[in-house]
Amino acid sequence: MVKVVFIEHDGNSHEVNAYAGESLMEAAVSNNVPGIDADCGGNCACATCHVFINPEWISKVGERREMESSMLEFSENLKPTSRLACQIEVSEELDGLIVELPEAQY
Amino acid sequence: MKEKTDVEEKNVIPDPWSLPLETLDVSKAEIFQSNQHGEYFRRLRQESPVHFCQESQFGPFWSITKFNDIVAIDSDHKRFSSDTNIVIGDAQPELVTPMFIAMDEPKHGVQRKTVQPAVAPTQLSELEVLIRQRVGYILDSLPVNEEFNWVELVSKEITTQMLATLFDIPFEDRHLLPYWSDVATTSETVGIEVDMNERQRVLEECLAYFSKLWHERAAEPRKFDFISLFAHGEETKDMINDPMEFLGNLILLIVGGNDTTRNSISAGVVELNRNPKEYDKLKSDPSLIPNMVSEIIRYQTPLGHMRRTALEDVEFKGHTIHKGDKVVMWYVSGNRDEEVIENPDAFIIDRNKARHHLSFGFGIHRCMGNRVGEMQLRILWEEILKRFDRIELTGEPERVLSNFVMGYSKVPVVVHKK
Repeated sequence: MVKVVFIEHDGNSHEVNAYAGESLMEAAVSNNVPGIDADCGGNCACATCHVFINPEWISKVGERREMESSMLEFSENLKPTSRLACQIEVSEELDGLIVELPEAQY
Repeated sequence: MKEKTDVEEKNVIPDPWSLPLETLDVSKAEIFQSNQHGEYFRRLRQESPVHFCQESQFGPFWSITKFNDIVAIDSDHKRFSSDTNIVIGDAQPELVTPMFIAMDEPKHGVQRKTVQPAVAPTQLSELEVLIRQRVGYILDSLPVNEEFNWVELVSKEITTQMLATLFDIPFEDRHLLPYWSDVATTSETVGIEVDMNERQRVLEECLAYFSKLWHERAAEPRKFDFISLFAHGEETKDMINDPMEFLGNLILLIVGGNDTTRNSISAGVVELNRNPKEYDKLKSDPSLIPNMVSEIIRYQTPLGHMRRTALEDVEFKGHTIHKGDKVVMWYVSGNRDEEVIENPDAFIIDRNKARHHLSFGFGIHRCMGNRVGEMQLRILWEEILKRFDRIELTGEPERVLSNFVMGYSKVPVVVHKK
């Protein structure tokens, strides 16, 4: 079990137990975290699982790839810490990860 | 009498299962108008999900009909280009109007990003109160206990008012928008016989109207309507000097805001009447509205396809798609793919994962106005449930002739007050 905290735009936080090997998006959706739409089902093709990675965790989570950047570019809320949750694989190393959610998913 | 029989015979759509698979041609607009495309695509999904049609009125083309294959092609914009043509038929070169939906990177991204703020979530939440007032006014003005065409008085009117706001044109000019939208989508390139020069003449009136508006907006401070955003965009402020490109982007935004939501608004009434148990569910639990909105958009698939052009030879699912080939992604088929969507031919307003549909496309060209469309549908149904016991479908709906727009021209109804 890997503990992940999702913090909504209004400050509401949700601590979930994620599994190593699943994506951060899947962990959010299966635990009913509001604010992750995930319309494309995890194909890096819709940018509706946009999250901001807590700066302390960026090095462990890793950089976004090219297609992910192309999709995120159209988001109203793009930040340097923006990632698509479907492109982040949960691992033991991410135990305690904190991510924030944008005001709206484009 | 004989003539009538000939016409009737011409209009009979053959049973797709009786035709040779290799000549199955799903580009004929009549198949969609008569609502018989479902079986055609069922056969393709089962027997030839990546299908090559050698001969059609648009020349040879590939059909991609399974959900996940469509996502794969739609996301692969480096090998499958949107440049110049995004429907089955190619526009005649002299009539090409460049628009960002039909461009590749980097130009597509630059233009899209320039106008996207008009429909971004924060901008929309500011518009919500206004839209709700207008929807309420439209519903309160409807004739009661008397048959009328829902498409004309509701579907068209709501989307037209929304779009007039997004362009910020004078309210009294708003009916020009659906007129130009219909002229733009009535084209040989989607299977309709029409005088293309007359079409172009009308679209040039549209260009003249908006050119005047552009100069006004350019002289005023930037605000959040499409024209002002283009006129003040660092990379787009000279677009006015390329009239065909300006016209192309106008058509894109007008059609994108008209024909899509209009037909989802009509489809909601049609499908709730065909599925009375779903209508009962909705009335007993209005919190299902957002989920129902996604289900309507999936079920109707307002734009039936988008087309790409292969930029290189691509091996795909055991087939070689050659450089230059037309590749048509049939969203209207993928949205009924039983391997991805459970019981896909059923209209279920509380369907699980209803947002997982293809109607907005996927990848970098994904619909820019999807939230505007969803918002209009949500507000409309919230306001309908406050006022009416039932919107009763009183006759057979009439569908439009097109292989692209999956739409209704007539939905006869009688509304019953609460």
